[in-house]
This record gives sequence, C-alpha cells and structure tokens, in this order.
Amino acid sequence: MAESDNIVAETAEKIFADLADAQTINRDKDGSWKTPLWTALNEAGLPLSWVPEDCNGSGASLADGFSVLSSAGRFAVAVPLAETMLAGWLLAQARIASPEGAMTVAPAGPRDRITLNADGSLTGRARGVPFAKEAAHLAVLAHDGKGWSIALVDAKSCRTDASLNLGGDNSDTVTFNNTKPLTAKPAPKGFDQNTLLLMGCVARSLQIAGALESMLDISVRYSNERVAFEKKISKFQAVQHNLAKLAGEAAAALAAATSAADSIVNATSFDDAVFLEAAAAKIRCAEAAEKGAAIAHQVHGAIGFTIEHILHRYTLRALAWRDDFGNESHWAVELGKMVAARGADELWPLVASR
Amino acid sequence: MTAALRFDPIRLPPECVKLREEVRAFLAEEIAAGTFDPHQPKREDIDAREFSRRVGAKGWLGMTWPKKYGGHERTFLERYVVTEEMRVANAPTRRFFVADRQSGPVLIKYAPEHIKMEILPRICRGEICFAIGMSEPNSGSDLFAAKTKATKTDGGWLINGTKIWTSSAHIADYMIAIFRTSPSTKENRRHGLTQFLVKMKQPGIQVNPIGQITGQFEFNEVVFTDHFIPDDHVLGEIDGAWKQATSELAYERSGPERFLETYYVLTELVRAVGKNPDTRSAEGIGRLVAQLHTMRRMSVSVAGMLQAGKEPVVEAAIVKDIGTIWEQALPHRVRDLAAFVDADVSNHETLDKQLDFATKTAPKLTIQGGTTEVLRGIIARGLGLR
Repeated sequence: MAESDNIVAETAEKIFADLADAQTINRDKDGSWKTPLWTALNEAGLPLSWVPEDCNGSGASLADGFSVLSSAGRFAVAVPLAETMLAGWLLAQARIASPEGAMTVAPAGPRDRITLNADGSLTGRARGVPFAKEAAHLAVLAHDGKGWSIALVDAKSCRTDASLNLGGDNSDTVTFNNTKPLTAKPAPKGFDQNTLLLMGCVARSLQIAGALESMLDISVRYSNERVAFEKKISKFQAVQHNLAKLAGEAAAALAAATSAADSIVNATSFDDAVFLEAAAAKIRCAEAAEKGAAIAHQVHGAIGFTIEHILHRYTLRALAWRDDFGNESHWAVELGKMVAARGADELWPLVASR
Repeated sequence: MTAALRFDPIRLPPECVKLREEVRAFLAEEIAAGTFDPHQPKREDIDAREFSRRVGAKGWLGMTWPKKYGGHERTFLERYVVTEEMRVANAPTRRFFVADRQSGPVLIKYAPEHIKMEILPRICRGEICFAIGMSEPNSGSDLFAAKTKATKTDGGWLINGTKIWTSSAHIADYMIAIFRTSPSTKENRRHGLTQFLVKMKQPGIQVNPIGQITGQFEFNEVVFTDHFIPDDHVLGEIDGAWKQATSELAYERSGPERFLETYYVLTELVRAVGKNPDTRSAEGIGRLVAQLHTMRRMSVSVAGMLQAGKEPVVEAAIVKDIGTIWEQALPHRVRDLAAFVDADVSNHETLDKQLDFATKTAPKLTIQGGTTEVLRGIIARGLGLR
C-alpha cells in the first residue's frame, strides 16, 4: 500500500479504517454503517475536497483529492464520495457554490446528452448515473445548441429510475423533463462533455487501482494461510505465478491511474496529452480489473465466491467501475481515432512526451 | 498490507527534452546517410562499427559513468531517453548496447583500476563490443549450475568448457563471464562461481555461430580450451559471483528495450489504417497505445526511483514481465487488426515483412535475460510467497 502523501489522504484513510471495514460492512444487513461513515467524511470536509472555500468547500488541492480516491478504492468505499467530489468540482468550474449533502454528476457516459432549453429548463436522459438515488443534488453538464453550461439540480425535480451495478451500488437512470435547475451558468471556455468524462475516468481509474491493491493484499494473505496437499497454497508455483500476474495488473493500474491524475494536476488544459493519459488509464485499469479480479477469485477458490467473504466487495466494484464515464471500449476507439488522425509518425512523439 | 508496490508518477526532467531533440536529429541524419533503415527491423544484421563510434562521439555511451573513465556523469533518465529513441528508430545498437547497459557498470564496480582506465574509455568511444557469458549447455535459468571451469595456474587461470546462447560473441572484443572456481557447498549451492573479464579473439577461444529461427546468426557457442586469463581479470570476489549479480538487474530489467522490441509493427499498422480507421481498427489501436503508454510510465517510474537511490527490484521485474509479454503478443495483435487493411495501401508490403520478422522474433523475448518463469519467481518472493 502506498504511504499517505498528505494530511487529507491520511484523514480519509483513518476514517475508512475506522468506519468502512469491509468485514463489518459485509456482515451488516441493514446498512447501519452508512450514516456514521458519511457523517465522518462530511465533518472532515472530504466530499467537497475540490470545492474552493468561497464556493462552500474545503479547498483541497486536486492532488490531495486524487489521493483520497485511491484510498477510497483500497477500501472499496460504497458511499457517493467520488461522485460528490466530482459534482463539487464540476460546479466549481462555473463558480456555483456546492450545497450540503450527497451529489452526483450527469451525464455519466458518452452516449447521453442533456439539453439546456431556451427557457432555462433541462431535457434529456442520463443512464448509469452512480448513486443518483442517494444524491440530494445533481451537477449537470448541458448543451444549449451553442455551448456548454453547468447546472445545479435538486434531485427531487427529476425522475430517477433506480438500478444496481455489478457491485450492488446504485447506478440509476435520471430523466430531465423540462426540469428547472436551481442555478445554471456557462461552462468555462473549452470545457465540454469529454472534460467531465475524462475527469470521471481518472477518478474511477484510481478507485480500480486501489481495489486491485487490496485484492492483491488479501489474496497474498489468504494464500499464506490456506493449506492444501499438506502445504500452504502460496508454496505452489502455479499459485505464485498467478499472484505475480495479479501484482503486475495491480502495478499497471496503479501506474496508469496515478500518472493520469498527476497529468491533470499539472495541466493547464485537457489537451491531447491529458486525453492520452486519462483514456489510457481507464482502458488499462479496466483491463487490469478483469484479469486481476479473475486471479483473486481463483486463488481464493470457493470461499471467495461466497457472499460472506469480503473479496467480492473489491472484485465486483472494480468490474462495475469499468462502466462509468465511458467504458474501455469507448475510450479505446476514441484514443485509436486520435492516434490515427495524428498519423503514424506522431505516435511515438506523443507517447514519449509523457 | 503485505504488498508494497510503488510507481511514482515520475516525469523526465527538462534537460531530457533537449537531449531527445538532439538524438532524433542525429538519427535522422544517420537514416538520411543510409546507415540504417528505420522500417527494416533486422537492424542487427548491419555491423555498424562506424555508427557505434559516432554515438560515442556524441557522448551517449557511458552517460552515467564517472568522467575519469570517459563517462559523462549524466542521469539515468537522460540515458533512458537515448535508449528509447535508438530503439524506436530501429538503430543498430548491438555493438555498444550490452557494454553500455551492463558490462561497463560491472567493470566500474569490480575491475581493478588499471583495467577500468584501459577499457571503459574505449566503451565510451564506441570502439569495443561486449558479450555476456552466462548460459551453458546444461545451465540456463539455473545459473548456478554452471560448470565451465577456471583452474588456477601461474599468474592466472585456465578456462575449459562451453558457454552457449552468447549474443554477439562472434563480434565481441570482450566477454564478462562466470566460471566455476570451486565446487558448490552443501550449505550454499550458489557458492564457487567467479566473474571474469575475458578478452575475445585469443588462443583457446572458439566461437561457433548458431542459426536462429529468424534466419539470423546472433547468438553463439563459445568453446574454451585451456584459455589463459590473467589474475587481474578477475572481477570481484573469488567464488562469490552470486553476491555480485543482483544489483544491476533492476536497470537491466526495466528499460525501454523490454517493451519496444517489436514496436515498429504498431507504427506501421497506424500508417496502414490511415487517418480515418474503422471502429475495429480504432479500438484495437487504442488498446495497444493505452498498454504501451502504461508500460512506459511504469518503466520511467522505475528509472526515476533508481536515479533517486531506491531499489525497486520487484517493480523492475514486473516491468520486464509485463513488457516482454506485451511485445511478444504485439505482432499477433497487429496481425489481427491488419486482416482488413486495404491490400493496396502503399506500406502493405513493409507491414507484412515486419510482421513476419516480429512474429519470428517474438518467442525469444520472454526467454532472454531472465525468463518469464524466473521473473515471476522474483515477484513472488517480493510478495512474501517464498
């Protein structure tokens, strides 16, 4: 596990360790763990990490917020922390103050588009919106035919059809039917749907990488405990090699995600380089989630397939997170198009520029 | 947590940007002058003696070594840039690459001063070529089973036995090899091997080239018959080679050469699909580029951690494991994607020829310099499984 780099990440890590223990949550049948965790996160100002103080937030740096998300991934945190952070960040782009409570963002995928009508209302449908059911407000990116606007919407003023993702967390369809936002302001120049989605991709990449670190950790530990054929299964070469492959996938995810986060921290705009970093992170982390989760389950055998075991909290969430903000197939097509449009001899200079 | 993997998002420092421009300009001149063809992957068929000297004259050999040995005291990250640009351009680096990456650092650490003063500046000038004598007919991955014997004699050692799969031995001026100076012991089966500097092209050394499935003759059998090596050519502790082998391995394992070996087929595929690829081609290329970018970021990260004095042994093994598997699969993935490329595109023949060569090259990539199995053992040990 990477050391916490800063006080914000350390605070998050401590709250997760105290109030988001996977074993405790897994045994809790009525969800009573949720309120204390969310309350503690709120008191520490973490959901509004990326909101400046004059917009009602705690004004942490982008880098600090990204560390919080890595940590949230390692604990497979199942509250709308990343979503509220993203929503606060989006609203802050248009200098809209964040309200209290849980938020999420819409749209959350490349195929949905929300329209800002001439009368100031919103129309459209956003599918796979994470935690919409639990959000009090939505931060919405909408197009009025000419440009992009950012709007704050009361969740009660739109229709939410609930659904669950692979990890059992809400991933809902939100319908805006001439919905009046609480506020709407123009997005900054150059900010478009890809900007929002790529930021979401980096958040999910960090979470997936964190979950893979935990999968590796608990799989290694299990293999050093479980005995078969009169020895620990960690002593079998086949098991060792599988775990080495899992370490490789976790490493690739970690490297891709932290690199992409770093590139956003140091970028002045979402240019081709940030596009490469963020899209590549989402693609590679999603691939790592598939391979890594399969190995983690293989090492655990039947026990890891039970609902009582905590493994699924990490594996299924990592797999679910692949789908948010554009899946890896979508971003691979977009990245491939960009590479082709730039031309063969520009590929290496782009890669080497990072 | 048991596993502590670190991949800090290290960026190449500003001095690398200027250096990269210089390397690209130099390579462009060499290509224009006909030294090598960047589209021709069989670069190592060229015996680029003069090219090697010109690279040395640029100051790009021994970049990180002390100035008193002809080195340039630059950073590992600067060396990284030179290595990756050469590799991507398909430049003929065989004459100097092994000496620059591996042999020189071993000499710096273990050779007597007068040997260092004699040989290292010549490496830096690109004058001499090195080989590495590790494998034998009955010891490959199991390095410590080596049997080729060094027997003490007046003023030196007599070598008898056979090394095999020795890359570049047919053109090498020197070899750094391990020979058996004592039997292994019950307590330590790694005991008894000693590292030597061998001067090639001398009596008692016979080099027999071995044909490879690519059609090239790149590796060799090297037979020693009462070959004499003077005492001052012993490198490090007698019987203690096993203690010396590990420290340089992180550099050897994590460099750009561990994932760029077949890169040229990806460039050529992008050229073949043109500016407006169909969805299938775009997705395939996008995934490959994402994987490539990720590995390079991992590799740069390890280089940066090494420069900072850390010892990312497991991370380096991971880079080589993932990197070599990727470069091995790359020609096959490119073949998949090239299946529907317009047969009339102008570079179709180039791509076909490259794919043919890359596909034949691919099997060796996960064998040379430490097999996948050995690497995974190292990673497993790092995870606390052994």
